[in-house]
Amino acid sequence: MEDDAPVIYGLEFQARALTPQTAETDAIRFLVGTQSLKYDNQIHIIDFDDENNIINKNVLLHQAGEIWHISASPADKGVLATCYNRMSCGSQWEMGRKSFRWPITTSCCGIYRKAQARLCQIYCIENAHGQLVRDLDFNPNKQYYLASCGDDCKVKFWDTRNVTEPVKTLEEHSHWVWNVRYNHSHDQLVLTGSSDSRVILSNMVSISSEPFGHLVDDDDISDQEDHRSEEKSKEPLQDNVIATYEEHEDSVYAVDWSSADPWLFASLSYDGRLVINRVPRALKYHILL
Amino acid sequence: MAAAATAGSSPGSGPGDSPEGPEAEAPERRRKAHGMLKLYYGLSEGEGAGRPSGPDPLDPTDLNGAHFDPEVYLDKLRRECPLAQLMDSETDMVRQIRALDSDMQTLVYENYNKFISATDTIRKMKNDFRKMEDEMDRLATNMAVITDFSARISATLQDRHERITKLAGVHALLRKLQFLFELPSRLTKCVELGAYGQAVRYQGRAQAVLQQYQHLPSFRAIQDDCQVITARLAQQLRQRFREGGSGAPEQAECVELLLALGEPAEELCEEFLAHARGRLEEELRSLEAELGPSPPAPDVLEFTDHGGSGFVGGLCHVAAAYQELFAAQGPAGAEKLAAFAQELGSRYFALVERRLAQEQGGGDNSLLVRALDRFHRRLRAPGALLAAAGLADAATEIVERVARERLGHHLQGLRAAFLGCLTDVRQALAAPRMAGKEGPGLAELLANVASSILSHIKASLAAVHLFTAKEVSFSNKPYFRGEFCSQGVREGLIVGFVRSMCQTAQSFCDSPGEKGGATPPALLLLLSRLCLDYETATISYILTLTDEQFLVQDQSPVTPVSTLCAEARETARRLLTHYVKVQGLVISQMLRKSVETRDWLSTLEPRNVRAVMKRVVEDTTAIDVQVGLLYEEGVRKAQSSDSSKRTFSVYSSSRQQGRYAPSYTPSAPMDTNLLSNIQKLFSERIDVFSPVEFNKVSVLTGIIKISLKTLLECVRLRTFGRFGLQQVQVDCHFLQLYLWRFVADEELVHLLLDEVVASAALRCPDPVPMEPSVVEVICERG
Repeated sequence: MEDDAPVIYGLEFQARALTPQTAETDAIRFLVGTQSLKYDNQIHIIDFDDENNIINKNVLLHQAGEIWHISASPADKGVLATCYNRMSCGSQWEMGRKSFRWPITTSCCGIYRKAQARLCQIYCIENAHGQLVRDLDFNPNKQYYLASCGDDCKVKFWDTRNVTEPVKTLEEHSHWVWNVRYNHSHDQLVLTGSSDSRVILSNMVSISSEPFGHLVDDDDISDQEDHRSEEKSKEPLQDNVIATYEEHEDSVYAVDWSSADPWLFASLSYDGRLVINRVPRALKYHILL
Repeated sequence: MAAAATAGSSPGSGPGDSPEGPEAEAPERRRKAHGMLKLYYGLSEGEGAGRPSGPDPLDPTDLNGAHFDPEVYLDKLRRECPLAQLMDSETDMVRQIRALDSDMQTLVYENYNKFISATDTIRKMKNDFRKMEDEMDRLATNMAVITDFSARISATLQDRHERITKLAGVHALLRKLQFLFELPSRLTKCVELGAYGQAVRYQGRAQAVLQQYQHLPSFRAIQDDCQVITARLAQQLRQRFREGGSGAPEQAECVELLLALGEPAEELCEEFLAHARGRLEEELRSLEAELGPSPPAPDVLEFTDHGGSGFVGGLCHVAAAYQELFAAQGPAGAEKLAAFAQELGSRYFALVERRLAQEQGGGDNSLLVRALDRFHRRLRAPGALLAAAGLADAATEIVERVARERLGHHLQGLRAAFLGCLTDVRQALAAPRMAGKEGPGLAELLANVASSILSHIKASLAAVHLFTAKEVSFSNKPYFRGEFCSQGVREGLIVGFVRSMCQTAQSFCDSPGEKGGATPPALLLLLSRLCLDYETATISYILTLTDEQFLVQDQSPVTPVSTLCAEARETARRLLTHYVKVQGLVISQMLRKSVETRDWLSTLEPRNVRAVMKRVVEDTTAIDVQVGLLYEEGVRKAQSSDSSKRTFSVYSSSRQQGRYAPSYTPSAPMDTNLLSNIQKLFSERIDVFSPVEFNKVSVLTGIIKISLKTLLECVRLRTFGRFGLQQVQVDCHFLQLYLWRFVADEELVHLLLDEVVASAALRCPDPVPMEPSVVEVICERG
């Protein structure tokens, strides 16, 4: 099916930073920051035309240094933040946060800000992973739930009210898991990227905020009625891997959902390959109907 | 007229008889006369046997026939015969006539004589009869006289006879009366002497009479006396009965006598049971005392013996006596007895169970089985006697329960033994490490563990097998023939143990062993090998052994060998994978630390291979040795195996040149990516934490893959100065030199290390690689 065909975009440099443009809800737009020590780094603004499967790119120069992380403002389309290293005087390194005004309004006017927040520990998950914890993401729809991933190849789901035991553990990757992301609208869809060059989309129905088939009762009493009712009883057990995407050749350090289209996501591997994928159509309809 | 007949007949007989002699003629003639007499007296012709086919009697020419007509005859002769024949006939006829005449004369004389003698006889008889009549008359008169006399004598004696009869009656009555009058004293005497049986018999005899004549004052007095005595007797009997000192048979006698005395049976049987209860309870108490908490309990065999002989024996006696005595009571009585037996039996069982529960912890199965056997055997007797009380069933149930518990106990024992083995192994693994020779013990340890577990299993099987021995009384119960063997021993004990072993082993994988040293890796390796051995041989061996020993007849489904083997294999696989992860993690940590803690920008020019790399190689070698002790070598890809060091160097240097050359030219940043991408297109994807196979090479490959991938990821997070890059180059070359030999596909090591160096180059703002020859020199020196 044509909808399953991934769209691939190549960058010239190594890249680790990927984010959707969070405030933008109409166009599918991703931002990618490159990581190169020798050349000027770039921020690629990638527009994806869903209708025609065409990518339009827009490159900004980021001369400050190699980008380790990038994040878009959730409120203002024009603001984004990068986290970068800069090599000055050969061996001096600086960490800084830099915000760009969106180029359409003002070009490259940076605002520096320092976070002065008082932090206090609310909870602590001891021994969450056997080795390093690489990433975590909060369930957007379910208050106490979060997902974490780490070097033990596992993805763990936690209930922060009870941090002694993970609610669920996935062990699908064969190397460190670098990134875990909940889908914003349908939090049973969980995306993970790993340095085994794979992206895995999992369906965590049992711990999602969407009750099983509550919509089915109201709307879907049409043709597959009895078939459905059978499925419904099984549904709580259907925590499964939906798909494994193997388009990458190198370690995948970043994955994220599009902010505009909840059925679309992008993944970025170290060799600069950005892949845009969609949730399988069958599953999409299954969730929607 | 007779003469005329003879004259007429004589010529007729002539023609056929002429050739016969005179001697032969005589009988012929006589017969002819005889026939004629017969004819005369009207006898039928057919009776004459002599002439069965005589001529027609109506033939008028037949000389001897009744219808002979002389005229016809003569005419016939005259017409038919020639003269000579006529003459012969005539002479013959004359001769015959003469013979007939003389015969006739003789007959007449003979008859006359007989007549005369008959007349004489008759005359004599007449005389005799007259005399006899006189005698008879005289006899009649005499008889009359005798009758008369006899009547007279009878009349005279009648009176006397009556009196004698009366006297005899009076005599008997008097004797009875005397007995009656003496009765009280006799009874008293009997009671005094203790001859209760005699007394009861007397009483029984007199009872009816006294009852009948109680309206007479004297009898009444006797009866009263008797009643008093009887009451005393009954009382004494009861007394004796209650005292209970005398044994069961005497008591039974008492009861019998009391019953004969007409005591109410209901009450008696109550009392009898109450007594029996007292005695049996005493037995139970003594048993309980044996059971008691403080004194050292005798062994279980002794206990069941006591119980068997004391309680069960007593119960048997009671039941037998009761059934004999109160058989007349009917079903109500039997019920009472059953309830009685049931109640006491249940208390007995409770005691036995308590005792057996004490035994549960102990080890001696044969003693227990023997005790159970005795217990069960003992209870069969009352069981047969008191089917309603269900004692035998209850006993069987207890035995079954004990057997089940025993199985559970053995399972626990096996588990404990397994855990003990593991502890031993842990200690053994920990101890020699101090001594510095950890390696060689591993295979031995495995053999020790395997043999000790196997011997434990065998011991358990042997112990449990006692339950089904032929001579044990309960072994033919359906439970022991079927369920015990299949569900209990095979499923519960053996399969259960293997499963729990697998579970225990698997728990080492799940436990927070991630943190590091919770489980020594060698133990994981050993357990994995153990499980694999179980899969290949031991499980089927054990199950075959079990099936043989216990001849499982039950049809209930059992776990097939293959399922169990698959479980063991899965366990072995998980353990080995976990081993790989743990060992990989150890080496990974070393590499990660070495990368992360170093300031790569300000390192000096490399002179040596870093110590940590040497350590990595050492550790890998140690792991190789360790795994080699338990697992086979495995297959590696045949690839330039002999002088690989040289080929590797060539290969490596050429490749390095090829790969890094473009990256020095700042104009072509794309080429690096392009080249590495093209490179990757042709190489296989590397699954880092992939499942391992059961051989040394696969295990080592897994460990090395994990380590190198870690190195790669760590390198990518750092930034290198020129010398930093060169150091990485040196280190990687060193690793390449030593690690290729451990893995299945050396290409894999090359790929990963190339990747590391390439990544380091990318992370270096000033990438100037070291000359390959220098690298080689450094490595060879280090």
